[in-house]
Amino acid sequence: MQHKTFAQIESRYFYALTALGALIAGAGMYAAYYIEEHGHVVTGMNNHIVWGLPHVFAIFMIVAASGVLNVASVGSVFGKHVYKARAPLAGLLSIALLAGGLTVLMLDLGRPDHVIVAATHYNPTSVFAWNVLLYSGLFATVALYLWTMMEKRMNPWSKPAGLLVFAWRIILTTGTGLIFAFLVARQAYASAVLPPMFIVLSFAWGLAVFLIVQSVMFSWNELELNPAIQKRLKNLLGIFIVGALYFVAAYHLTNLYFARQTAFEHFILLNGGIYPWLFWGGYVLLGSALPLLLIFHPALGKTRCVLAASALVILGAFALLYVFIIGGQAFPLEIFSGYEVISSSFGDGQIASYAPSLPEILLGGGGLGIAFLITTVGVRALNFLPHDDPKAVQQD
Amino acid sequence: MSDVNQERRQFLTKGSALAAGIAIAPGMLLFDFAQARPAGEPASSAVRWGMLIDTTKCESGCDDCVTACRTENGWPEPKTATDVQWMRKVELKQVATGRHVNLPMMCQHCAEPPCVDVCPTGASFKRADGIVLVDKHRCIGCRYCMMACPYEARSFVHEPVLDHDSDMPRGQGTVESCTLCVNRVDRGEQPACVEACTKNGHRALVFGDLNDPNSEIYLRIRSVTSTQLRADLGLNPGISFVGL
Repeated sequence: MQHKTFAQIESRYFYALTALGALIAGAGMYAAYYIEEHGHVVTGMNNHIVWGLPHVFAIFMIVAASGVLNVASVGSVFGKHVYKARAPLAGLLSIALLAGGLTVLMLDLGRPDHVIVAATHYNPTSVFAWNVLLYSGLFATVALYLWTMMEKRMNPWSKPAGLLVFAWRIILTTGTGLIFAFLVARQAYASAVLPPMFIVLSFAWGLAVFLIVQSVMFSWNELELNPAIQKRLKNLLGIFIVGALYFVAAYHLTNLYFARQTAFEHFILLNGGIYPWLFWGGYVLLGSALPLLLIFHPALGKTRCVLAASALVILGAFALLYVFIIGGQAFPLEIFSGYEVISSSFGDGQIASYAPSLPEILLGGGGLGIAFLITTVGVRALNFLPHDDPKAVQQD
Repeated sequence: MSDVNQERRQFLTKGSALAAGIAIAPGMLLFDFAQARPAGEPASSAVRWGMLIDTTKCESGCDDCVTACRTENGWPEPKTATDVQWMRKVELKQVATGRHVNLPMMCQHCAEPPCVDVCPTGASFKRADGIVLVDKHRCIGCRYCMMACPYEARSFVHEPVLDHDSDMPRGQGTVESCTLCVNRVDRGEQPACVEACTKNGHRALVFGDLNDPNSEIYLRIRSVTSTQLRADLGLNPGISFVGL
């Protein structure tokens, strides 16, 4: 059973899954076409909430694409066999998630037909422009890394390639955090804690995605994951969840300490309508506390619990990003210090409203569909199933 | 004393007046016409265009400046949060005193514009003379500049543009904002909002070259206390306010 590959999935399942992925991705592409045809007026976005639900999906996928490589890094950089066996799957998932996230980001542009301009005209002071290089570089470095692992002759190079990927993804997620950290005037963003916060969030989100995919692959192949490996991976997820909570708490606590930021924090944490609900209920309770219970409670922590914990971490990720991206824009900018706004045709001083529209949901979902499609085809075409050597597991 | 040559005296008086006139007139004329830049000549960093908004003269309920901006640049009357607003009228109340203040709000044409820093393609740019603009051909519609702007001065075109002015092309999916009526300024004219405010007699808006020691705006900024919005950010906007 140990040598059975994922290619042995029954064909009909594979084609059904591929069709499902293609359908979701296709719906996303149609939504993008619809938005481009009619303009962003068909979305819930406006001149206050300029980044909506597609950014929530895209940033989740891009951050998770970096974090999923953690599994590979522990293997290649620190030489742990259990993780090394999982590095190819982590690499594939990284490419799949990055492709899905970037597709959403690109198709949500006002002029997706102009996207080539991002390559021909480059503004070196823009963190978005840096990210163009960092994202395309991640594709290249991960592809190189996969090649060094999957081609026997190249195996000696897999450690340096792993190191390169490790450094690249840390810089990449720093870049993703900096997109927000560099926004000087917005209460929700301009904070140096954001890049490290995004890095730790990426660890948790990436590992959660990895554990779900791994668990599905093992169950389809009628394999059972070695309990020792299961325990190690679930404990790691638990540590990442706690680490992420720590950074999110540090971000909010520092904000609460600054008098000029307290109104914003009250909005996000207490009286901002849907945002406090999503933060406390979605991220803290369902996305962090419950997974920790499922992972660390002595009576729990089995395969199903880990699967549920991983799914909840992803749910929490979406809740947190929704609060961070959309809630962060909904709170009014403080333009006129010492004054309150009596009237403004633009809605200055007012909480901005946003309701995601169907095309946005389909576009974001389309990105997930693309990631799913790449993963399904990838694991079918190549041998990405982790092969565990019981002896090596003992040694680790 | 009676043999004073009256004719000579009159000649000297008139001559002096004429000489003074000749000496001053070019300065006066220059004030009006020096701002016109010959076609093909690039904008100069010797000039920094700016505006002084005197909120004590800005009338509550008057939006002539906004209407003039719409007419000049061809953007429709805003009805929803997705409609563009290059300029908006805002009424404020000072929290400490309850004093009411009216002002028009638009792109502040920063010397260190965050929108220019963050734009990935360089579509957002600052001209040598300080006017911050968007190159519609380069704009990919990522909206990062809107996230970065501390004044929410930029708008995204959410719908197809069916009718626009040939002087000010606009396009769906791109970002736009106040251009200080760059087309008029390059012709040596005042921005439409300034012209409208002067025409209705409020004279709350003064436009000119912040670097020119003879300009009205320069002299006014030297003589009255003015403030910039979010001066704490150190962006050095080209727009200043009196009475805020």
